Amino acid sequence: MDLFQYDFMVRALAGALIIGVTAPALGIYLVQRRLSLIGDGIGHVALTGVGVGLLFQQSPAITAVIVAAVGAVGVELIRERGRTSGDLALALLFYGGIAGGVVLVGLSPNRGNANLVQYLFGSLTTTSGGDLLVIAILGVAVLVAMLVLRPALFAVCNDEEYARVSGLPVRTLNLLLAVTTAVTVTIAMRTVGLLLISALMVVPVAAAQQVTRGFRTTMAAAMVIGVVAATSGVVAAAEMNTAPGATIVILALAVFIALAVGGAMRRKARTGARDPVATEPTDVVLHG
Amino acid sequence: MSSVIRVRHAAVSYAGREVLRDVSLDLPAGEMWAVLGSNGSGKSTLIRAVLGLVPLARGEIELFGVAQRRFRNWSRIGYVPQRIGAGSGVPATVGEVVASGRLARRGAFRPTRAGDRAAVRKALVDVGLADRIGDPVAVLSGGQQQRTLIARALAGEPDLLILDEPTAGVDADSQEAFAGTLRRFQRRGGTVLLVAHELGPLEPLIDRAVVIHEGLIAYQGVVPEPAGYHAEPGHDHVHPHAAEERPGICVAPTDRVAN
Repeated sequence: MDLFQYDFMVRALAGALIIGVTAPALGIYLVQRRLSLIGDGIGHVALTGVGVGLLFQQSPAITAVIVAAVGAVGVELIRERGRTSGDLALALLFYGGIAGGVVLVGLSPNRGNANLVQYLFGSLTTTSGGDLLVIAILGVAVLVAMLVLRPALFAVCNDEEYARVSGLPVRTLNLLLAVTTAVTVTIAMRTVGLLLISALMVVPVAAAQQVTRGFRTTMAAAMVIGVVAATSGVVAAAEMNTAPGATIVILALAVFIALAVGGAMRRKARTGARDPVATEPTDVVLHG
Repeated sequence: MSSVIRVRHAAVSYAGREVLRDVSLDLPAGEMWAVLGSNGSGKSTLIRAVLGLVPLARGEIELFGVAQRRFRNWSRIGYVPQRIGAGSGVPATVGEVVASGRLARRGAFRPTRAGDRAAVRKALVDVGLADRIGDPVAVLSGGQQQRTLIARALAGEPDLLILDEPTAGVDADSQEAFAGTLRRFQRRGGTVLLVAHELGPLEPLIDRAVVIHEGLIAYQGVVPEPAGYHAEPGHDHVHPHAAEERPGICVAPTDRVAN
């Protein structure tokens, strides 16, 4: 294909490949803990990090990962307290994050809306060779942690009290999830953009679980869907001259809708073929 | 005989209110004890304090002769919570949930071995769910989900089982399956502490009952006969406060099932 004679396209595609496989591998734990929107919030906070980087003429990727990690750890500590005010505290943190980012970018020497939009929605041309190396190293580190620690992270996200009674280092694992979320948000910032990275963590998982029965199979299927959506999204964005982040997310949502409809039809066909005995609802126990 | 659980003058407060006021008990190895009491009596708080899930305001707790703060040998304890964890946004199979029970023994970093898989299968056979190992837990009945949680605790091959209301809202078949599992566990030398609203088919297994009332031990001894309203044949055992705790679950009329 002609597109690949451009170095920036090859770099964007390589970046998308790494993010497409890493984001759902992390996102599945966030979905399991019913924290699907946390990545979005961390993305807001990361924008302040971008602003700090641009203002002080530092690499925005490095300042973004630091600020996002601090924000993610803060969110986790608030969540751990388990108070209802946590919801409000999160809202304040997220809005503070995006407002701070916009103001700091505005104050920086090389301001401009185009610059801001690139960070918010991703761009094909912004990934440099150095960026790609950082994306590869951090992406692989996150991916290995998510795969190697799967049983422990599954236990913590599935039943935190039980994990604590099992003697697992629950707090360390939760903080690890928080920091890896921040890292994933930041490495995806170039291609997908801060406002849509959360979708790449969550939508492939939502799509996969339409047709899977277990956690491990959901994780594997979500990673496949993530890679397919991310790489084909980059190619489609280049062909159609659209923002890559939005194109990737639209493709992932299309997979979700296709699998949701397909899954529903398959369940209908299966129950129709059998005797019309209703499956016992989870919460209700009947007594004869 | 040495105490598996030793509680001395334990008190627990939630937001300034003392839920557990002054409780002492010694659970000897190999015995099965039931903590009874009405909702809000502090009976669940007692086992949560034993497990270290809520901090003590006063008093002390020893597990297997070690002060709870210094206790690290969590694989000796199998905990069975009241219901499957809240975080279930992603499907998980029965086998995957039960495999979590191995983590106390193998730690967070060591990969799964054949021995882990064998223990998971054995625990599922024990609770009678071996054929459901690949099914998502969400499609199981309430009783089967409870048996999955018992299997998860058994998979860690513990010496002590702590169960929070294992029979609440559970069908008669699953209650019988529980009783069989606990009987076999005790025969292998295991110690059991369970919290219950009512005992049903577990009653003949219980060595000693501890009745908690308003944060204090009101009675300790042989399992008390149901008396008063609870003993009436027509009593349907649907409590207004029970509905508040577990919306959508019919509480099992175990007093009639047993007859």
